[in-house]
Amino acid sequence: MSATHATAATNSAGNPSAGSAPSGNRASGRGDARPIAFVSAQALRERMHEAVNDPHLRKSFRGAMDFLMAKRAAQFPDESELDSLRTLSEGIRQYSLSKLPDLLEQLEANLTRNGVQVHWAADADEANAIMLGIARRHAAKTIVKGKSMVSEEIEFNHAMQAAGIDALESDMGEYIVQLAGEKPSHIIMPAIHKTREQIARLFAENVPGVAYTDNVDALIQIGRQVLREKFEQADIGLSGVNFAVAETGTLCLVENEGNGRMCTTVPRVHMAITGIEKIVEKLEHVAPLFSILTRSATGQAISTYFNMISGPRKPGEKDGPEEVHLILLDNGRSQAYADEQLRKTLQCIRCGACMNHCPVYTRIGGLAYGTTYPGPIGKIVSPHMMGLEQTHLLPTVSTLCGACGEVCPVRIPIPELLVRLRGEAQSKPHDNPVMVGQGAGYSPLVSFVWRTWARIYASPGNYRIFSWLASRFRALTPSRQSGWTAARTPLTPAPRRLRDMVRDRQ
Amino acid sequence: MSATRDRILARLRASRPAQPLALPVLDAHYTPRARNETVAERVARFRAGIESFHAEVHLASEGDWPALLAGLCANKGVQSLLYGADTPAGRRLDASAFAGTTLRPWAGEIEGLKADLFHRVDAGFTQTLGAIAETGTLIVWPSEAEPRTLSLVPPIHFALLDARAIHPTFFDAMRAGNWAAGLPTNALLISGPSKTADIQQTLAYGAHGPKELVVIMINTEGDVQ
Amino acid sequence: MSSPSHGSTQASRTYPPRPAAVYFYATCLVDLFVPEAGMDAITLLEREGIRVIFPDSQSCCGQPAFSSGFPQEARKVAASQLDLFPEDYPIIVPSGSCAGMIRWHWEKIFADDPALHARAAAVAARTFELAEFLLHVVGFQRRDEGEPITVTLHTSCSARREMGTHLVGRELLARLGNVTLAHHGHESECCGFGGSFSIKHPDISTAMVSDKVAALKATGARKVVTADCGCLLNITKRAEKEDRDAGRSMPSLPGEHLATFLLRRTGGQPAERS
Repeated sequence: MSATHATAATNSAGNPSAGSAPSGNRASGRGDARPIAFVSAQALRERMHEAVNDPHLRKSFRGAMDFLMAKRAAQFPDESELDSLRTLSEGIRQYSLSKLPDLLEQLEANLTRNGVQVHWAADADEANAIMLGIARRHAAKTIVKGKSMVSEEIEFNHAMQAAGIDALESDMGEYIVQLAGEKPSHIIMPAIHKTREQIARLFAENVPGVAYTDNVDALIQIGRQVLREKFEQADIGLSGVNFAVAETGTLCLVENEGNGRMCTTVPRVHMAITGIEKIVEKLEHVAPLFSILTRSATGQAISTYFNMISGPRKPGEKDGPEEVHLILLDNGRSQAYADEQLRKTLQCIRCGACMNHCPVYTRIGGLAYGTTYPGPIGKIVSPHMMGLEQTHLLPTVSTLCGACGEVCPVRIPIPELLVRLRGEAQSKPHDNPVMVGQGAGYSPLVSFVWRTWARIYASPGNYRIFSWLASRFRALTPSRQSGWTAARTPLTPAPRRLRDMVRDRQ
Repeated sequence: MSATRDRILARLRASRPAQPLALPVLDAHYTPRARNETVAERVARFRAGIESFHAEVHLASEGDWPALLAGLCANKGVQSLLYGADTPAGRRLDASAFAGTTLRPWAGEIEGLKADLFHRVDAGFTQTLGAIAETGTLIVWPSEAEPRTLSLVPPIHFALLDARAIHPTFFDAMRAGNWAAGLPTNALLISGPSKTADIQQTLAYGAHGPKELVVIMINTEGDVQ
Repeated sequence: MSSPSHGSTQASRTYPPRPAAVYFYATCLVDLFVPEAGMDAITLLEREGIRVIFPDSQSCCGQPAFSSGFPQEARKVAASQLDLFPEDYPIIVPSGSCAGMIRWHWEKIFADDPALHARAAAVAARTFELAEFLLHVVGFQRRDEGEPITVTLHTSCSARREMGTHLVGRELLARLGNVTLAHHGHESECCGFGGSFSIKHPDISTAMVSDKVAALKATGARKVVTADCGCLLNITKRAEKEDRDAGRSMPSLPGEHLATFLLRRTGGQPAERS
């Protein structure tokens, strides 16, 4: 999934220039992030409150998002080119989804023919169990990871750690985040919330023998040196998948750093994990999707590497993994698929443009959401993965401004889906829900308020009386109006309604 | 986990549309972009693209490219150059004189070579299948003779490109070569040396892969400056 | 049909010839909170020789309930509005978000009832946001009689992304000879209103509207103009609060609905609030 950059690492030895990084697999201080536990509405509110009031966070996200928005815009100087590419990309994703079960079977058959072992997982536990089984069979001690948001989704690192296996992130951003014991705050640029100085301190404190430097090139070179040894030594490499091609049985990976190639090429075993939706029928379908992915994500015309893997090392070949496994993960995706409108969620190619353009994300950053996928896409995909019990507040954290839908390369109608999820969350629980946790945000009081509102506004007589009263007794309007007056002067009805003004002048 | 497989597929089958949705026509998008340009124009677009990604491009002829490579190796202080011997280009290198650079043909499987590959080889040399003008991208298909890591692990990657094999777009390259009929175990698009911008959006080259990408372009028509 | 926010092309619609009469659909916010803007819009239209019909039974397009996740309640209210426009006149709405609701979402909430759906679609097809109607149908062109002034313009997200009319406001202002338009930073960004969002998530809403107000003030403009009353109230009430907190007696960022501003500049007499 890495549509972009990354790498870094620290030299766990003393002298970075000596290249003799010693020490075991665990860089000291590398905390493994807590698994995402229950995300209560209250916890979400507290995190958002804290984030939006953090001036440092606000400044760094504003700057980063402005940068990414400008870079994307520069990639699409021609509106008609963008429009044509979006139409093509949306159409390919919708076509692929309309044939999803057939394409999955075709992919499985072709991968198997190519020598790739295909596994199916209903949820995180199954996926982790499959991969743990593979790791145990190879007596693996170290797994080196390319950037994979699906591996974050299933808390892979945590599951491996619990089994005594070291899972080391090798994408620079992911590595930094792992070293800090945090979660990615952006699906493309995981460490976007951290400043150069913070990263410099993190390295100096956690990588034995590394002196403090905040020179970016120097930091990258430290990372390169340490992680190269990991690539060399690791038993297994793990990666995500950007596109899986059914007709050829090919896994495509997008990246800039080369760590994805390292993970999928150097260790004897390569495990790839992907959601069941990331599939296209024909190889040529990849061309427009790849192009619009990198341009939307980081404003790059193309990423440094596009890595197409169609099988393990063949007899006669001198390198490449001896085993390649693909884990196809459902984890709520088939629930989204079952509803024609919600299915559009699965068109996503994980470019992150929606978060880059989201005024809410810009102000609270990615960690506040408490979900693997933050931002607008996170709000519409997380409810399927985690259930609405934990996520029912998420779809309300939006002004429905539409900036996300406007830039989505595959035209997912994100605002429309947010509205739909608000409805699913707040409607009275019933027997035949389309989603797990339907009705989790149901409030008898709120429902009563809207029913009353409808009774007033759907009846001209009722509305006339209500608005007359509101206007006539405007002096009684409370001066404290919940969240509104936290930052604004109160709203007070006008002395005369428009209908009064219209009537009076005639 | 075949029970899981069957459950997932059954659930998808139960709700998928009766008929597949219409597939958009890709040619309608790409045909106008397959420009009728000369090799020189295409070379210029390719070159501008890949140079913007920090790659070097050097022009050579069919006859003199090994000498050019030798000169580049000398300039860059390459002491050890790894390459695949069993290719047309590899055979040319076998017959060439490299002062100060040890030519090292790849031999055996990576497991026996890892330490050298990671710590002692300065540069790798590969052929390319072609390139893409639109983005400034090399197409590399590793093979038995030219393993995957040749273009990945050594700090410098030298790539030999025939200017006639530059396609307008990725789509055209796949179509022209009928890639769908059969891909190698690993196929690559490479656009510059490895890089990252993960520290405060600051671009840095030489992340995990090569720090330098050097393209030697053979222009048989001789019409490129 | 889907709104242009899902596609990048701003759906360019076909505009009718100048009609003899229009319906004016004021919206609930204008009726109760900013009636003078509605009055000025009516005056602007009448001054152009267009008869304005104000259906007295109008209340609300249903958007507040719809976007809050209560489509049934929205549907009930919207259904009560379908009968208000019996003649085939254009329906003018002085708000991008209400126009967007009628134009794009009414069809969805009536999707399961062919008869209602057809009526909603017919209403949607002749619903226009005031500014686009003034520009494209009326061909608004009046002499600017005001003193030279620099103003800044905020375009609502609905106008921008649902109605595709974000350039319309600019174009109308450009037709005023003495008005200089100052563009503000992050112009396309939402002001943070979002209806119930401003109540439900006050922290984030406050951050957004504060940033918007700061960007608008940074232009040095004397006034902010917008064609949407939700944004207008959000922005001006925030600016008022800042003034109050700072002990300023003069408003640092007065705001006006586009209709009021156009009327004032071109020799008309804006309505008084009381």
